[in-house]
Amino acid sequence: MAALNFKHALFCAFITLLISYPILGFNLEAKGINVTIVGADTTTILGVLLAAVVVFLFQLFRDQIMGRVGDLRSLTAGKPKEPMAENRRAKIESWVLTGIVVLALFWPFFMSRGAVDLATLVLIYIMLALGLNVVVGLAGLLDLGYVAFYAVGAYTFALLSQYLGVSFWVALPIGALLAAAFGLVLGFPVLRLRGDYLAIVTLGFGEIIRILLNNWTTLTGGPNGIGGIPDPTLFGMEFGRRVKEEGNTSFHETFGIAYSGEHKVIFLYLIALVLAVFTALVIRRFMRMPVGRAWEALREDEIAARSLGLSRTAVKLSAFTIGAFFAGFAGTVFASKQGFISPESFVFLESAIILAIVVLGGMGSQIGVVLAAIAVTILPELAREFSEYRMLIFGAAMVLMMVWRPQGLMPMRRIHIELKKQE
Amino acid sequence: MLVLENVHTHYGKIEALHGVSVEVKKGEIVSLIGANGAGKTTLLMTVCGNPRASSGRVILNGRDITRDPTANIMRSGIAIVPEGRRIFSGLTVEENLHMGGFFNTKAEIRKSQDHAYELFPRLKEREHQRAGTMSGGEQQMLAIGRALMSKPNMIILDEPSLGLAPLVIKQIFEIIGHLRDEGITVFLVEQNAHQALNLADRGYVLETGKIRLQDTGKNLLANPEVQNAYLGG
Repeated sequence: MAALNFKHALFCAFITLLISYPILGFNLEAKGINVTIVGADTTTILGVLLAAVVVFLFQLFRDQIMGRVGDLRSLTAGKPKEPMAENRRAKIESWVLTGIVVLALFWPFFMSRGAVDLATLVLIYIMLALGLNVVVGLAGLLDLGYVAFYAVGAYTFALLSQYLGVSFWVALPIGALLAAAFGLVLGFPVLRLRGDYLAIVTLGFGEIIRILLNNWTTLTGGPNGIGGIPDPTLFGMEFGRRVKEEGNTSFHETFGIAYSGEHKVIFLYLIALVLAVFTALVIRRFMRMPVGRAWEALREDEIAARSLGLSRTAVKLSAFTIGAFFAGFAGTVFASKQGFISPESFVFLESAIILAIVVLGGMGSQIGVVLAAIAVTILPELAREFSEYRMLIFGAAMVLMMVWRPQGLMPMRRIHIELKKQE
Repeated sequence: MLVLENVHTHYGKIEALHGVSVEVKKGEIVSLIGANGAGKTTLLMTVCGNPRASSGRVILNGRDITRDPTANIMRSGIAIVPEGRRIFSGLTVEENLHMGGFFNTKAEIRKSQDHAYELFPRLKEREHQRAGTMSGGEQQMLAIGRALMSKPNMIILDEPSLGLAPLVIKQIFEIIGHLRDEGITVFLVEQNAHQALNLADRGYVLETGKIRLQDTGKNLLANPEVQNAYLGG
C-alpha cells in the first residue's frame, strides 16, 4: 500500500511539474520584432517546485488526510445522526426562514449601494436556480440551455419597452409567460430524450436563442444590445431625478424627501426580494402538490411512473414550462436592473453557473439552492483581489464540494421520524 | 376481461410476438410461463401499449385498446407490477403508495393505503423509510401495494418472484391468491413455473413468440412436455 502510494505520489508530482513548469517557467518577451523566451525569475521556479512537493506530500498521505476529513461529522452528511422530530424541525425552519426574509427586507437601508446591488443580483440568481431546480433537481431533466429562457424574459421586456413603451409591471407577466411558452415549445422535441441526449439538445437550444439575438440586428440590435430600459415604478412614481413619462410623478417629490440614487437601487432590491420569495413559495407549493410528486416519480423511474398511468408528456412539459416561467421572471428583473442588455449576458457560462448552483445546493432542496446561489454569487465578488484566479478558485471549490458532499450543501430531505410510544 | 387476438409485436424490424392469442377471464388467475427471451415481457408491454402491437387486437373489458396511449390504458382499471419491481427508491414507502393512487381522491387513497398496509403489515412499519433501503421482498410487496392503490379490477404481475428467497416467494404467492379472493383478476407472468401453475386457474406456455400450450394449471403441471422443459424433469 505504502509503496503504491509512493509511486502514485511521485507520478502526480511529476505531472504537476510537467504542466506548470512550461506554463509558468517561461515568459515570451518581445525584443524589437523578435520574440524570445526568457526563463522566469527564481521565485516562480521555487513556487513551481514547492507546488510539486505539496502535491507529492498530499498524494503520499492522501488516505490519512481524507480519512480525517471524513471523520469531521459536520462536513459529512449521510452519517447517522440523531434526526430531529419532523414537526419540531419544520417549525424551527419556518421561523428561521421568516426571520431571514424580514431581515432581508430591512437591511438594505443600512447598507452601501454596492452591497444592495450585489444582493439584487444574488436574488436574481436565486430565482433562476429555484426555477432550474424544478427541471433538474425534481424532474431530473438535465437542461444546459436554461439561460435561453432568462434571455427571453429579459429581451421581452427590453423590446416591449423600446417599441411599445410597455412598463415593467406589465412586461413582468408577459416576459414570464413568453418564456414559459418557449419552455413548452422546447419541451416537445425533447420529450423522448433523456440524460446526455437531452443535455445536448437543450445546450443547442440555448445557443440558438443567443445567436438569434446576436444576428437579428434589425429587431434586437445584435451585439450592440438594447439600452435605455426603464426602471420599475411604484404606483406611477418614478425613481429618477426627473420624471421621464407624462403623468408619472417622482418618488422623492411625492414624499418630500431629498433625491437620492439609492432609492432606486433599494426599490429594485425589494422587487427582486418579493419576486424571489414568491418564486420559492409557488415552487414549494408545486412540490407538495401531486404534480411535484409526479416530477420526482418520473426522475426516479420513468417506466414505473408510466405504468401508474402518468403521462410522460404532461409531466415533462409541466416541469419545463414552470422552470422557464421563473427564468422569464428573473430575466425581466435583470433587464430592469441593468438598464441595458446584450446577448453577451446570456452565454453558456451562465447556464453552467446556474446548474452549478443547483448541484452545489443539493438537487431538489430549496434551502440548499438558495444558500448555494448566495455563495456562488458573492464568493467571486469577495475574491475580487485575486480576480485572475476566480474561475480557478471556483473550480477548486466545486471539486472539493463533490469530494466531501456529493449530495450538495443541504440535500433534499426525506426523513420523517415519528416518535413511537414505547410499549 | 383481457383478450389478445393474434397479436404481432415488432421491435424495429424484428418480430418478437408472432400472432399470440391469450384470454384472461374475470376472476381468474392466469399464468404465462416461458423461458428467457420467449417474449413474456413483450406480451405484457404490448398490453400497456409500449411497444404497440403492429397487428392484431388488444381488448380490455370489451373495448379495443390497441391504439390507446399508454397513460390512458393504465388508467382504465388495470395495474401492472413491472419486472424488477421498479419502485421509486428515493421516495418513502408512503409516497410510493400515493403515486399509485395518483388519479384518485384523497379519501380513496387513504382507504387503499390502509388496505395495502393490511395486506403487507411490513410496509406500515417502514412507512416513512426511503423505499430503496428496503429488502428485495419488501420492495416487491411495495410494488404490489402500489399497483393496488389505483383500485384495479385486474392486476398484471411480471416475474414477482425474481431474485427473492423461497420463503418470501411463498408469501408473495399467498398474497396473489388472496387478491383473487378479493375479486381481482390476476395475470401472472413467471419463470418460476411450478408455483405459478400451481396457483393458476389456467396457464399458457409461450415459446419464441408463440403460444405453445394452453390448459388448466393442474393439467399443465402434469403435462410431460412442460415437466421436461420448465419443471426440471
